[in-house]
Amino acid sequence: MSPDALAHATPAHATPAHATPAHATPAHATPPDRAVPGSGVPHRHVLVAVVRDRPGVLNRVASLMRARNFNIESLAVSHTDRAEMSRMTLVVHGDDVAVEQAAKQLYRLIDVLKVQDVTADPTVEHELALIKVRISERTRPEVVSIVEMYKGRVVDLAADSLIVEATGTEAEVDALVALLRGFGIKELVRTGAVVMSRGAGSIEEAVKR
Amino acid sequence: MATTSNQPSRGTTRTAASARPPAPAPRQRRSHLPGDGTERAAVEERARREMLQDAVRDAGRRQRGASPVDILAPHHDRGPRKRTRIGADVVCEALVRQGADVLFGYPGGVILPLYDVLADYPEIRHVLVRHEQGAAHAADGYARATGKVGVCLGTSGPGATNLVTGIGTAMLDSVPMVAITGNVAAALIGKDAFQEIDITGITLPMTKHNYLVRNADELPRVLAEAFHIARTGRPGPVHVDITKDALQQETSAPHPDEADVVAGLPGFRPNLDGHPRQLKLAAVEIARAARPVILAGHGVLVARAWDELRALAEKASIPVAHTLLGIGAFPEDHPLSLGYMGMHGWKHVNRAIQSADLLVALGMRFDDRVTGSVRTYAPYARIVHVDIDPAEIGKNVAVEVPIVGDVRRVLRGLLPLVEAVAAEARGPYLAELAAWRRESEASSWHGSGAWRDGLLSADFVIQRIGEATGHDATLVSDVGQNQMWMARYAGFRRPNSHVSSGGLGTMGFALPAAMGAALGRPDKETWAIAGDGGLQMTVQELMTLVQDRIPVKIALLDNHKLGMIRQWQELIYAGNYHSAHLQGPDWRKLAEAYGIPAFEASTPDEVDGAIAAARAVPGPALVHFMIAEEQNVFPMMPAGKGLSDLLEEWQGADE
Ligand SMILES: Cc1ncc(C[n+]2csc(CCOP(=O)(O)OP(=O)(O)O)c2C)c(N)n1
Ligand SMILES: [Mg+2]
Repeated sequence: MSPDALAHATPAHATPAHATPAHATPAHATPPDRAVPGSGVPHRHVLVAVVRDRPGVLNRVASLMRARNFNIESLAVSHTDRAEMSRMTLVVHGDDVAVEQAAKQLYRLIDVLKVQDVTADPTVEHELALIKVRISERTRPEVVSIVEMYKGRVVDLAADSLIVEATGTEAEVDALVALLRGFGIKELVRTGAVVMSRGAGSIEEAVKR
Repeated sequence: MATTSNQPSRGTTRTAASARPPAPAPRQRRSHLPGDGTERAAVEERARREMLQDAVRDAGRRQRGASPVDILAPHHDRGPRKRTRIGADVVCEALVRQGADVLFGYPGGVILPLYDVLADYPEIRHVLVRHEQGAAHAADGYARATGKVGVCLGTSGPGATNLVTGIGTAMLDSVPMVAITGNVAAALIGKDAFQEIDITGITLPMTKHNYLVRNADELPRVLAEAFHIARTGRPGPVHVDITKDALQQETSAPHPDEADVVAGLPGFRPNLDGHPRQLKLAAVEIARAARPVILAGHGVLVARAWDELRALAEKASIPVAHTLLGIGAFPEDHPLSLGYMGMHGWKHVNRAIQSADLLVALGMRFDDRVTGSVRTYAPYARIVHVDIDPAEIGKNVAVEVPIVGDVRRVLRGLLPLVEAVAAEARGPYLAELAAWRRESEASSWHGSGAWRDGLLSADFVIQRIGEATGHDATLVSDVGQNQMWMARYAGFRRPNSHVSSGGLGTMGFALPAAMGAALGRPDKETWAIAGDGGLQMTVQELMTLVQDRIPVKIALLDNHKLGMIRQWQELIYAGNYHSAHLQGPDWRKLAEAYGIPAFEASTPDEVDGAIAAARAVPGPALVHFMIAEEQNVFPMMPAGKGLSDLLEEWQGADE
C-alpha cells in the first residue's frame, strides 16, 4: 500500500491505444560507461586574468585555486595601465576540462573581469630570474660567457659570487639555471611567467564595461 | 498523549525593583555630532524623514496583505531621535530599501552602534535569537520560503564565527543571504584586539562575495552591492563586515540606485537567456527522445520557473523527477510527477533515470548524492543541462547540450520550439514507469503506521503530517533519516514549501530555519521536522519562538539515535554502533520549561491526534513522536555505488 499523498493511479492517458511500440528498457547486458569529463592527461596551461584592483583579490584567486584543488605553478600579479584593473598570469597543470573548470570558477569571483586560457595562442611569454652564482677567479669568465650566450646580464659582482639577471621563456631560464647549477647556485628567484598575446587583440580592451 | 500549555511565569526577576539603580538620565545628544542648525544637518534631516516616511508607507502596504500583525512582536515605540546620520543608519536604511523586513541577530560590543539606532526603524523587525548560528539559519529559512534575501547580524569574533555554519549552509544551497557583522575599530584591525578575528578571511571561500568596510561613506554602495549580488544570478550569501568606527561615523553618502550598482560591478553579469542555437538543439533532442526524463532542481524554484516547467512537461508529456532541493518545483500529485531521485530517492525514479535516453536537467548540478558513480549513471541518456552557473555545466558529467541561463527564461524560449507530444504517444513508456512506481511505492512503506513489533514508523508520521496540513504547510527538515523521510513521504505540492539543508547537510538547521520560514510566510503553517540529535544542536531557539511568538510546530522524530549514523554503521560498518546512541532530555518537560505545549505519540493511533492538538495551539507547539529506534531509510544507494545498485532491504526486512 502506498501513502495517499503519493498514490497516483497510472496516468489516465498512459493507456496505449494507437501508441508506437514500447521503447522498452534497453536490454544491453552491460551498458557503456558514461564518459567522465576530462582527458585525465594534465598539461601546462597559461591563464591570463584581468581583475579589479581591490584589496584581497589576490587572496580570493589563490584561495579559490587551493579550495578547488588546482595547483598553481606560478602566479604573477601587477597593475595594468588602466586604473582599477590588475592583471594576473597563472601557470597551472591540469587536463583541459579541469583548467576550463578553473577558468569558470575564476569567473564566479565578482572581482574577476576576464579570463583567457592562452596556452594555444601565439604569445610572448617571459619571466625574469635573479640567480646568485658562486664563482672563483678561475670560473668567473666561464660563468660570464654562459650568461652572455643566454642573453643574461651580470647585475652584481662580488669576489666570490655574482648575480645574473635573466629573462626569457620558462624553458630558456630553466636551461640557464641548469648550466649554472654546476658552479653552485647560492640563491634563485623567479617571477613566474608573464604573457601577452601577439597581434592587436587586447584582453584589457575585451573587458566589458 | 499529554498536553501542557502553561506559559512560564515571567517577571520573577523584576521583584527587586527598589534595588535597581536609579533611572538613567535622559539621553544626551551625541558629542560627535556637529552642531544643529547647520544647513547640511537640516538637509540631511529632511531627506532622512522623507525616506523614512516612504519606508513606513511601504511597510504598511506589505503588512496589509497577509495580516501577520497578530504574530508580530510589539516594536519599541520610539520615534526617530534628533541626530545626524551615521553608518549604522545607513545599514538600516539599506535594509529598508531592500525590503528586508526581518533581521535575525545578536548584539555584542562592536555592533552596538547598530543596535543603538535599530529602534528608529520600526519597519525592521529584529528577532533576537539565542545563538548566532540560529540567526544565519533563520535568515536562510526566510530566504528559502520567500525567495527574498534573508538578513542576519552578529558581533565580531565569536558572534561572527557562530554565523559561519549558517553562511556555509546557504552557500552550498545557493540561498540569497546578507550576513552583517561588526568588527573592531579600523585602527585595531590586525592587532589581535579583543574579539577580533579575521572573519572576512574565514568567510571568503564560503560566500559569493564579502566586504570589510572601514568607512561609512562606502556603506551605501557596499550594502546595495551585497543585496544585488546575493539575489542575482545564482544566489548565495554575501558577508559584510563593518568596523565599529564606520558604524559610528557620520556620513551623507547617498544610496545608489540599481543601475549604478550594476555599472559598478563589471565582473558580475550573469547570463540570463540561453543561446538561441542551444535552445534549438535542446528542442531537437526532446523531439528525438523516446524515454525522456526532466530532472528538476533548486534552480527551478530560484528562478520561479514552476509554471514553465509544468508547461514543458505537459506539452511534451515528459515525466519529472526532482532533486532534494527541487522538491516542490513540480506538484507531486501531478500525473507526470515521478518523485524524488538519488541516494534515498524512489527506486522507480532512479530506474527511470537509468533507462532514460534523454535527461533534461533544469537548475541542478549532478551532485554525487544524485548520480552516485558517474560511470554507471544514466548510461543510455543524452543530456540537456540548463543552469545559470556556467561552472556547473560539464563539472560532474559531460553533457550534449549545455545551456547557460536562468531556467525560467530558458524555458520560455524553449517552449515554443518544443513539439507537442500527446501522452498517448508515450503510452507504453508512461505505463511502464507507472508500473515501476506501484512496485517501488509498495516496498518499504508502513501503511499501518507500525514498523516491527508495532513500533511507530517514521514514514507514516511524515505522511500524516503532510495530509493533515493539506500539503500546503512549509515543512523544514533537519538532517539525517528525518530529512529523507520528509523528502519521500510528505507529498509536496507547493513551490518553496520544502526547506532542507542539502549541500552542507547541517544538523541543527530545522528549528531556526523554520523560525525564519514562518516569519517570511506567516500565511502558511510551518513545521520543523527534526531528529533528536539535530534538535539538540539548536534547541535553545525554542525560547526565541516563545519570546517572539513565532508559531512553528515541531515534529520531533525521536529514535534515541543518530539514526542515519546508526544506519550506516549497520549496513556498512558491520554493526559497530559507536556513538550512535544518544540520550535526550525529557522532551515534554523541556518544552514546558520553555513555555511550549508538548504532545506525545508513541503508537500509530496517537499520531493524528497529536498532530491535530499541536495545530490547534495558536503559537509554537512540539510533538514528540517516539518512533522505532532501528528503522532504516530504504532504498539506499551506498556511497561510491551507482543508481542501479540500490540496497532495498537488510537481512530480509524492507524496513
Ligand atoms: C552538524 C553536523 N554534524 C554531524 C553530521 C553527520 N550526521 C548526519 S546525519 C546524523 C545523525 C542525525 O541524527 P538525528 O538528528 O537524531 O536524526 P535521525 O537520523 O535520527 O533522523 C549525523 C550525526 C551532520 N550532518 N551535521
Ligand atoms: Mg535520531
